[in-house]
Amino acid sequence: MALDRETVRKIAFLARLKVPEEELAALTGELDNIIGWVEQLGKVDTKSVEPMTSVGKFKPYMREDAVSERRPREDILANAPDAEDGFFTVPKVIE
Amino acid sequence: MSAASATKLTELDIAAARAGLARGDFSSVALTEAHIRAMEAARGLNAFVVETPERALEQARASDERRRRKEPARRLDGIPLAIKDLFCTQGVQTTAGSHILEGFIPGYESTVTAKLWDAGAVMLGKTNLDEFAMGSSNATSYFGPVKNPWRRADNKDLVPGGSSGGSAAAVAARIALGALGTDTGGSIRQPAAFCGIVGIKPTYGRVSRWGTVAFASSLDQAGPMTRTVRDSALMLGVISGHDPKDSTSSPLPVPDFEAALGGDLKGLKVGIPKEYRVDGMSAEIDALWKRGIAWLEAAGARAVEVSLPHTSYALPTYYIVAPAEASSNLARYDGVRYGLRVPGESVDELYQNTRGSGFGREVRRRILIGTYVLSAGYYDAYYVKAQQIRTLIGEDFRKAFETVDVMLTPTSPSVAFAIGEKMDDPIAMYLNDVFTVPTNLAGLPGISVPAGLDGSGLPLGLQIVGRPFDEATVFKAAAALEQAAAFTTRPTMLRGA
Repeated sequence: MALDRETVRKIAFLARLKVPEEELAALTGELDNIIGWVEQLGKVDTKSVEPMTSVGKFKPYMREDAVSERRPREDILANAPDAEDGFFTVPKVIE
Repeated sequence: MSAASATKLTELDIAAARAGLARGDFSSVALTEAHIRAMEAARGLNAFVVETPERALEQARASDERRRRKEPARRLDGIPLAIKDLFCTQGVQTTAGSHILEGFIPGYESTVTAKLWDAGAVMLGKTNLDEFAMGSSNATSYFGPVKNPWRRADNKDLVPGGSSGGSAAAVAARIALGALGTDTGGSIRQPAAFCGIVGIKPTYGRVSRWGTVAFASSLDQAGPMTRTVRDSALMLGVISGHDPKDSTSSPLPVPDFEAALGGDLKGLKVGIPKEYRVDGMSAEIDALWKRGIAWLEAAGARAVEVSLPHTSYALPTYYIVAPAEASSNLARYDGVRYGLRVPGESVDELYQNTRGSGFGREVRRRILIGTYVLSAGYYDAYYVKAQQIRTLIGEDFRKAFETVDVMLTPTSPSVAFAIGEKMDDPIAMYLNDVFTVPTNLAGLPGISVPAGLDGSGLPLGLQIVGRPFDEATVFKAAAALEQAAAFTTRPTMLRGA
C-alpha cells in the first residue's frame, strides 16, 4: 500500500480540499488503487529519455507585453461571490 | 410551417442545410425553430445545461437579414449548433458541469465560439458534460447524467459516452446540426462512437484553447461533432488557426479541409497498430476493424501492420499527466473571484470548504492524484517518469508515420453501457479511452466515424489517426470509410412512432 490515510490527509490539505473524516478510508483505498496501477510505468527503462514538456514543435509565440484590452472593474467583479467597495473579500488574514 | 416539414429540417446535415439556405428553400429562423422544438421535445435526454432559444432566434434573424441584403454568405451562416458547456460564452452561464461554477456568467467569449458566431452560426444552448470534462460516461456532471438516444433491447438508459456526451446526444438526436466538443483523452471521439456520429480531435495546436475551461492544458483540444465527415471538415476549418491569446496555437496555415474529401485512396498507406488488439476486446469490434481495413483497401489504400510498442503504458501515463495538470489548473477555484463560496473562519478554511463541496467525487479524486504525483519526493518517480514515457509514445508514432500515412483503429473497446455501470471502478471506466488517449499524448489528429452496429443494435466507431497537422488526409480516409460503411441507422429514440 503506497498511500495511507495520513498521506491522503496531507495531500488533501496541499490541494485545499476538505475531505470528511468518514470518507477518508474509502478515498484512501481508491487513490491507492490508482497509484498502484500507474506504478507499472516503473517497468519501462527511461534512462537517457528526455521528458516531454511540449508536444508541439513550435517555438511558443511571444507577443508584445502590452495591454491589449481593458475591462471595467465591475465586469471583473461581476462573478465574485462576495465583493465590497470594488474589491474581492476574504476572511481576515492578518491578526 | 407544418409539423412534417419541420421534422425534415432537423434531418438535414450542415452541408444540405447550407445549400437549402443558399437556395432560399427555407430561412434560418425556420431551421432554428425546428431545432428549438426538437431540443424542447428531447429534454428527457438531459443533453443541455442551458437552452438559449432567444439568442438562437436573434442570431437566425440576423443571418436571414444578411441574406436579404445579399451579403456574401458566411461559412456557417444560419446553422444551429450546440456548444459544450466548457466554452466561455459571453453573458451565458458556463459551468463545466460543476457545482463550483454554477451561476458563472463569463464577461468574454472563447476564441473558438467567437469564430463560430463570426461565421454566422446560431447557438441553441450549452450541452451537458462530465464535470470539468473528467469522465467517459457523462455521469460525473453536477447537472445529472445525459441519456444516449440509442437503446438496446433491455431498454435500459445508456450513457452517451463522455465527456462531450451532451454534444454527442444532441447531434445524434437531431437536436443540433453539429456541436462543439473538447477532447483531452477521447472526450470527442468516444461519445461520437457511442452515439453513432462523427467527431474529430484536431492536432494539438490547430485550435485555440483561449476561453475554454482548462482541464489538462498540454492535451486539451476543441473539435467538431457532426453527422457527416464533410460537416466536421467544414466546422474544423472555421474554428482552426493561430490565436495571439494562446501561445500554443499553431501559426501554420489552415487548409481547405472540405477540398480534401472525395477521390480514391490510391497510394495511401494505412497502418494497423498490432498492440491495439487488446485483451478483452469484443469479437464484434475486432470483426468491424477487419471490415474497416477491407473498406480502405477497396478504396485503393494499402494496409500494413505497424508497431507502437509503448501503447499499454499510454493510459497510466495519461492518469499521471492529466491529473497533475488538472490539479494545477483547478487551483484557481478558490471561492474568491468567481463561482461557489462556502465560508470558513480562515482563508484556508474558505478554500477547503469551497473546494470540498464545489467539486464532485471524480474531480476531487483527480486533484488529489495530481497533487500527490507533483508533491515533493514523488515528482521524479511519477511525474517526470510519465513525461519520459510520453516522449517514447510520441516517438512510437513518429517512427510508424515514416512508413504509413494514417492509422486505423477501433475508437473504443466497447459499446455504450448502462447508466450507473462502471461507476464504482475508476480504472474500468478509464479503459474506455485505451484507443484514444495515445493520440492526445502524442498531439495527433484522430477522428471517429460510425461504422456499424453490434449484436445489441448499438453503434460502433472506427478511428483514423494522422500525422501532426495532416487533418486533410485524416478527413480523406474518414470520408472513404464513411462511404463504404454507409451508416444510416437512426438512434432508437427517433425510430417508430
